Amino acid sequence: MARGPFHRGFWRSPLRGPWLASLLSAALLPLILITAITGFLSHVAYETELTGNAITGSDGVLAPVYRALDWPAGWAWLYAVNQGVHVVAGFAAAPLLLAKLWAVIPKLWERPAVRSAAHAIERLSLALLVGGALFVFVTGVFNIQIYYPWGFSFVPAHYYASFIFLGALAFHVAIKLTVMRRAFRENGVLRPLRRDLGSTHPEAPSASESVATDPQPPTISRRGFVAVVSGTSLGLTIMMAGQSIGGPLRKLALLAPRGRDYGSGPNDFQINKTAATAGVTPSQTSSGWTLELTGRRKETLTRDELLTMAQATHELPIACVEGWSTTQTWTGVPLAALARLVDAEGAEELTVESLQEAGSFRDASLTPAQFTDPRSLLALKVNGADLSLDHGFPARVIVPALPGVHNTKWVASMTFRSV
Amino acid sequence: MSRFARMYGAGPLHLFSALASFAVAGYAIVKIRELGAAGNVAVWFIGVVIAHDLLLLPLYSLVQRIAFRLAGVNTVGARPDAPPPTRLLLINHLRTPAMVSGLLFLLFFPSILQRNEGYAGASGLDTGVYLERWLALTAALFVLSGFVYAIRRGRSTAAYRASAP
Repeated sequence: MARGPFHRGFWRSPLRGPWLASLLSAALLPLILITAITGFLSHVAYETELTGNAITGSDGVLAPVYRALDWPAGWAWLYAVNQGVHVVAGFAAAPLLLAKLWAVIPKLWERPAVRSAAHAIERLSLALLVGGALFVFVTGVFNIQIYYPWGFSFVPAHYYASFIFLGALAFHVAIKLTVMRRAFRENGVLRPLRRDLGSTHPEAPSASESVATDPQPPTISRRGFVAVVSGTSLGLTIMMAGQSIGGPLRKLALLAPRGRDYGSGPNDFQINKTAATAGVTPSQTSSGWTLELTGRRKETLTRDELLTMAQATHELPIACVEGWSTTQTWTGVPLAALARLVDAEGAEELTVESLQEAGSFRDASLTPAQFTDPRSLLALKVNGADLSLDHGFPARVIVPALPGVHNTKWVASMTFRSV
Repeated sequence: MSRFARMYGAGPLHLFSALASFAVAGYAIVKIRELGAAGNVAVWFIGVVIAHDLLLLPLYSLVQRIAFRLAGVNTVGARPDAPPPTRLLLINHLRTPAMVSGLLFLLFFPSILQRNEGYAGASGLDTGVYLERWLALTAALFVLSGFVYAIRRGRSTAAYRASAP
């Protein structure tokens, strides 16, 4: 009999059982696979083998995979879509994850706690599964709000915890697939959703330890429960997609970190890192600023000299790993023209350094596909006006489909290398 | 049943796949240790499970139980009442927006409570707007839910009157 929440008997909802858990899993699993795939693709996009790009250290096992995969520059929207999908799918999954944990909580208190060696292993793996799931969700949700209360580096922790999560998930799916099949065979996949409150009955107690031993009368139908959970998931999808797509839809992103309006001027759009935070001051960027170019030769260029070179204008998005993007019209010198200026055609890597003196991403490197794309610019202007200090004045990099932070701002030097 | 299955409690494939998944976890732990602050990662890994399974989930279940009791519906005990449908409709239309609002708070509390000190330096904006936006959303959720409640309540009353002799 129920004494408190740390006993199986406390959990008496008649809705719990293998069918509800299976339905939630059937919705949750594709969303988790989508966030996992886009997460690893983001790692590909960071081109971590290039100078300055890695902040996770080298992933010994997967490093050859990452070396073999080149992130293309061809589709300018690719990184915006990848990260938008990653973050939107993650938020859409959050209510489903909580509902799923609610649906199976009695199993945490099942007795006997351990029936066999296999059962002990399953429970240990479940600890990794639940811990891994909650860890990657919590760290991801906090990261996009720039909230770091934990004293470890977000990127490697989020990245490697996902290994623990996905490894345990693969095992869980392998052993629970038969449970899901049986639940759907016995109840139909969607049939219980047709029943109203009056015909909402508990599942057979023999079906699983998640079924209440002593169920209370239903207070909501399974249809109602699923409607609330999926409606919440849909609402979060719309809200988070608003900051990913941008434009007028950004107004829908009410609680999203990048659902904010900066105004209507040419430089009034999302800032990833302000000059003040980067420690870049107007004195560094005033008339004394020059760009150091290194290839087979060296060149030093003032901003006026850059402005006298042939300018190109392209509409390109900046897309952040945090799942937001903003598309603007950039004008500047094509990176390919700068390469020609220092006889660096055929270089294998371009490292761009910022005036920013410390901190992550003060320098970042580009692949040949990225710096030879005709739309890749050292931008001097945006939307027809000079860049503002917060957007990288005197000059910044903008490259199609590049992770946002690799579009280095306040550029001090560019080095073309043949590795 | 084979001797292995009797001793282990499942087939050999179960053991193989479990060991493979533990090996992956082991690799991740080695890498996290290489990068430092592994103790903090472990604390958070275990901490989020405790926070959810032992605090959050029991807490919101208890809150609901108390709310049902206050609404005069007994859901505990050997013979709980089946709540009257009209009162249940009201309770469901109150607890649904409350839970959605609670989930939004759970996801966005660093912004709502202005705990994300790095945000201003990143975006150049202050975080003051999120509390009012969350309250406005919460109000909208209750209004919407109340509106649907009024329609459903009206419909069920009409159906009751129509069925009466």
